[in-house]
Amino acid sequence: MSSEDVAIRVSGLGKRYRLGGAQTDLLSERIGRRAPKGRDFWALRGVDLTVRKGEVVGLVGRNGAGKSTLLKCLSRITPPTEGRIELTGRVGTLLEVGTGFHPELSGRENVYLSGTILGMRRAEIDRRFDEIVAFSGIERFLETPVKRYSSGMYVRLAFAVAAHLDTDILLVDEVLAVGDAEFQRKCFGKMDDVARGGRTVVFVSHQLSAVQRLCTRAYWIDGGRVRAEGPTSEVVAQYLHHAGATQEGGVATIGPDVPRSTTGAVTLERVALLGDDDRPTDRVELGQPFTVAMTFRVSEPVPDGVVELGLSSADGTRVATVQSVDGGRPVLSLSPGRHEIRARIDATLLPGEFTLDVGMHRLIGLTLDFVERALTFTALNVAHDGSEDRWPWVVVRGALRPGSAWSVREAGAPA
Amino acid sequence: MADTRVIVPPRGWQAPNLRELWDYRDLAFFLVKRDVSIRYRQTLIGTVWAILQPLLLAVVFSVFLGHYAKVPSGAGVPYPVFALTGMVMWLYFSQAMQFASDSTVASRELIGKVWFPRMVIPIAAVLPPAIDFVPAFLIALVVQLAYGVVPPVQILLVPVLVVVTLMVALGIGLWLSALNVRYRDIRLVVPFLIMVGLFVTPIVYPFDVVPDAAQPIYALNPMVGVLETYRWMLFPDAGWPGALLAIPLASAAVLLVTGAWFFTRAERDFADVI
Repeated sequence: MSSEDVAIRVSGLGKRYRLGGAQTDLLSERIGRRAPKGRDFWALRGVDLTVRKGEVVGLVGRNGAGKSTLLKCLSRITPPTEGRIELTGRVGTLLEVGTGFHPELSGRENVYLSGTILGMRRAEIDRRFDEIVAFSGIERFLETPVKRYSSGMYVRLAFAVAAHLDTDILLVDEVLAVGDAEFQRKCFGKMDDVARGGRTVVFVSHQLSAVQRLCTRAYWIDGGRVRAEGPTSEVVAQYLHHAGATQEGGVATIGPDVPRSTTGAVTLERVALLGDDDRPTDRVELGQPFTVAMTFRVSEPVPDGVVELGLSSADGTRVATVQSVDGGRPVLSLSPGRHEIRARIDATLLPGEFTLDVGMHRLIGLTLDFVERALTFTALNVAHDGSEDRWPWVVVRGALRPGSAWSVREAGAPA
Repeated sequence: MADTRVIVPPRGWQAPNLRELWDYRDLAFFLVKRDVSIRYRQTLIGTVWAILQPLLLAVVFSVFLGHYAKVPSGAGVPYPVFALTGMVMWLYFSQAMQFASDSTVASRELIGKVWFPRMVIPIAAVLPPAIDFVPAFLIALVVQLAYGVVPPVQILLVPVLVVVTLMVALGIGLWLSALNVRYRDIRLVVPFLIMVGLFVTPIVYPFDVVPDAAQPIYALNPMVGVLETYRWMLFPDAGWPGALLAIPLASAAVLLVTGAWFFTRAERDFADVI
């Protein structure tokens, strides 16, 4: 491609951080030892990347892979240690929503403050002010200090400012993961406009669906290097194959990069939710028992294993816990290899979203592997036979409906 | 065809990019506006505080130093007038220096999230004290007139001196705010400097109290020249500071230039160490 078409060209980019050495230190601590101790850590090394004008490129990779460092180098927040970056056109950066917002200032004042921080000129904000306010939908509260805003209003106004940044190149990090569903749709719409408007966008997100929707091409950054590059769907597929808990229907694959507490002796690989027909599902009908099938890879023999299965409601509250030793069942003795362990749960869940935490411990109190929110599913308000529960679910209070027995008897007059 | 910007690892000393700084003047304006409106929002007495501070300090010094300890006044004006003018100028300078020094660390959220010429931060920080100076100056003028001290015509030059003082404060502020990012000792050093400065500057006592032999060293403090010039502008009987004025002018120039270069070198690492 000719150099005129290139908006961003990165070659041999490296960024080194010093770990362990005090970052901000007292002068007294520096006297007597010239160089701060600590070892080097290359957050980026040998990164080559080219983005054509008008292209929307996604960066995927797990936390700490270097995606954000790359954006920070591109946006001049931090200088590279080696290599070269060429940017053609004006650059705007959106690393968070509400950069520079001050709670005491009014919505109007914050639009101007945040806008100039992001690199807009005052006249530019004047010109687009009405547009920004209309997009945010907070016209009535323009003169109210933003500390009195709901978090939704705050995010809407902040994104509205950023969305109207009129730059040739836009560097965006995770900012779409905020706000309510309706506003997220609006943000996506705006991002689509930006993308179609011929602007160059580099987009970092953990929401792979967002990357797939917005980006034509993607880079997979891993360990500070470019691991793969190409059409978004291919790169995302490669990345997914390697990493992450990804749920497809009622089956969650727990990749090596999922956050977990582990000793390494045991690794949870797969969690599946099975309906009555033994088929995976992510929906449980009202009052229907379900089965959780967990696949563990055991690397070292486990003499006294206990599997814990936790059920949490949508707000993250643990509402029930069962263990493989409940009711005096024996501990598990597992030899190295893969084991599928199944638990049948007989509980009536009230309608809502639930998540399962899965872990294996040793009876002596050592956690071998524990993954939070390994699987997500929905409890329906429709029973297996199609009948709806007799209670009309206007508002669902609580998460569980234990079996109960009722009786009515004549009560005497109050004493 | 838009310009292509090349980013490579920075090496050695580089000149401050004044062009970029100028492009971000609107940001400086809104940062100043923010700081001014925040500071007095939700405070009971609001802007009155900017006036009360020098007034109350002048009263305290007048009672204890002027009245009890019999510290002489200067320039042929009553001690309270003398102390009040000194306080107004000193509070302005010390606040500008303090705000500038604290400014970078106070803006660490911004520095980590978005790029803009970092020098906007200390520049915006020294300006609110200059705004506070105006009502304080006017009140001091009223007090002076009430004591029957009519200012000479050179009072019209006060704005020039305010700018010179601002440059001295900014020059020091550039050094200290850049150092503050890496060495948080600076946070402790500045209040100490301000306390010492109150004694080694002719604020609550006249310049001629200092013995002749010590005067050349004493006058190296740029604020000595500023104070002497300030009183020459306000009091009819105060002498022309002469060569004393050269010190603040020269220090402003030296501190600004060296401060800007040092800041430019240090700012590269701000996002990584702040």
